[in-house]
Amino acid sequence: MSAMTRHEWLLSDRPTSRRQARLGQAYRTWLSFRTNWLAMVGLGIVVALVLVALFANVIAPYDPVLGGDLRTERFLPPLTGNHLLGTDDLSRDIFSRIVHGSRLTLLVVVLVAVIATPIGLLVGTTAGYFGGWVDTVLMRITDIFLAFPRLILALAFVAALGPGIENAIIAIAITSWPPYARLARAETLTIRDSDFISAARLQGASSARILWGHVTPLCLSSVIIRVTLDMAGIILTAAGLGFLGLGAQPPQPEWGAMIAAGRRFLIDQWWVATMPGVAIFIVSLGFNLLGDGLRDVLDPKARK
Amino acid sequence: MSQPLLSVEDLRVTFELHRAGDLPWTRPRLLRAVSGVSFELFPGETLGIVGESGSGKSTLARALVQMVPATGRAVWQDGADLIALSRRAMLRYRADIQMVFQDPLASLDPRMTVGQIIAEPLRTHFRDLSETERKSRVKAMMDRVGLLPNQINRYPHEFSGGQAQRIGIARALVVQPKLLICDEPVSALDVSIQAQVINLLSELQRDLGLAMIFIAHDLSVVKHISDRVMVLYLGRTMELAESRALYGDPQHPYTQALLSAVPIPDPAAERAKVVIPLEGDLPSPMNPPSGCVFRTRCARAEDVCAERRPELTRAAHGVACHFPGPVAASAGRVPA
Ligand code: SF4
Repeated sequence: MSAMTRHEWLLSDRPTSRRQARLGQAYRTWLSFRTNWLAMVGLGIVVALVLVALFANVIAPYDPVLGGDLRTERFLPPLTGNHLLGTDDLSRDIFSRIVHGSRLTLLVVVLVAVIATPIGLLVGTTAGYFGGWVDTVLMRITDIFLAFPRLILALAFVAALGPGIENAIIAIAITSWPPYARLARAETLTIRDSDFISAARLQGASSARILWGHVTPLCLSSVIIRVTLDMAGIILTAAGLGFLGLGAQPPQPEWGAMIAAGRRFLIDQWWVATMPGVAIFIVSLGFNLLGDGLRDVLDPKARK
Repeated sequence: MSQPLLSVEDLRVTFELHRAGDLPWTRPRLLRAVSGVSFELFPGETLGIVGESGSGKSTLARALVQMVPATGRAVWQDGADLIALSRRAMLRYRADIQMVFQDPLASLDPRMTVGQIIAEPLRTHFRDLSETERKSRVKAMMDRVGLLPNQINRYPHEFSGGQAQRIGIARALVVQPKLLICDEPVSALDVSIQAQVINLLSELQRDLGLAMIFIAHDLSVVKHISDRVMVLYLGRTMELAESRALYGDPQHPYTQALLSAVPIPDPAAERAKVVIPLEGDLPSPMNPPSGCVFRTRCARAEDVCAERRPELTRAAHGVACHFPGPVAASAGRVPA
């Protein structure tokens, strides 16, 4: 199939299969997404992050944990020899550490999204759909979580669970779902009384089926946008926990922990703390741009 | 006549209204949307229900399918009271009573294709249908309501209002109901499309032997499709009669006023017609007039109308009025 006919196949207004119809819709979304260059930059950054994480072993020239010669290779400035971004106090190649650190960042982001999104969706749609005391109870619990600043709450959880990257992920996930629940609830409230939900109820569909089959898919896009926009915050929280010594533990090349280790040498060997900071900055920016772009194409209210 | 499919007795729907800022223990204000409506519906028959907005006609329909809580009785032909049934018990009757909504696009899930929308009720009520069987029923139904087979994978927003309403009708009929409730199915459509949809409905009704409750806000829409027509005002029945009798010889002043507002295609007849203006606005259903609810706008109203509520007569041509009669009878009467 040549490129031209594939384009036509996707944009056909007489799709012959459900798959074609769905792919066609996705393709149209992609076409409008592509015109937004900032969003494409964001997408590029996120794709790059994924690729770097996948091929860290190939890309990184040195081992991220084992350092070089402590007498000759400590604190090499960027662009000395093979060390693109220089070395740190234990003669480790900073570039290699950042490359391997991308795995941890991606792990945090993916796991938090996978844990927090379904919880938020479930709580929010249930509360919004049933209303009454179910709504009151679920939303008050949500409010309790929202009342604390996220980092503080995450700190409390990690302090209780014990430091470590897994516990940091759990703590961040526990603190991330409330905004998604609120959003899903608000969306559900607007959907709940629409005629097609009444129609489904009249046909005898069960509440679970209505929630899962009709309400959740409609909440999904705005929640996904929100999650994407939140990624920057999640990365920063993870880095913050790492910085405070409660997240990833040394010698794991976690970016926040790297900044914490480098801050002692900030005046004389600025690159040790700056480089992972730049990495955090770029990745956060990427997720934000991507989220903005997604909102422009996916949000049904912003469209048209 | 045969046994009625549905007999409704003294159906009432009352909403409790809490104003914003009310304290939890303040007594809610009561809105009687439907107050004591009774009628019978026979298999294969179409009952038109007509009333202004606020007359409770949609609420009445929704009460029959437990979308709003009601009191009274609505007895299905097998003796079950649709209003008292538990949610679970009601499930058995869901397939028998289907509904078509006013806003066709809003009644279709925007994320589903036409095929999925029409197949959805089959998944609930005919669980053991095979995938191919289900698909063939969907296709047959689409053909039946005038949708093209190649539209099966399109999304609702790609359709016009009239087409979308056909999808809604197909979804309602695919489970082979005995009663179809059409809640103003054409009010949101262009006039040119309305006739098509009404014709489709009456054709389907005849072929499938459906009973139908057809709700509309003006008498002209239901004229040709209805066997009998019920006129509602502020949640009460004003007149209930065979179509021919109601249109040819309306007895209730309200019906007469509604009919006089319908344009007649023949210019001579249109000019000769006596227009009975409806004065004033619909009173608030929160605080309906005493006695006859129509008295604030009735040209025939007398003292007795404020004192006693006229009951709907139990004849074939039922009227709820102290002074029923043809239009001319009221012409000379001076309102007291
Ligand atoms: S009962 Fe009296 S007020 Fe009511 S419609 Fe008849 S004449 Fe008019």
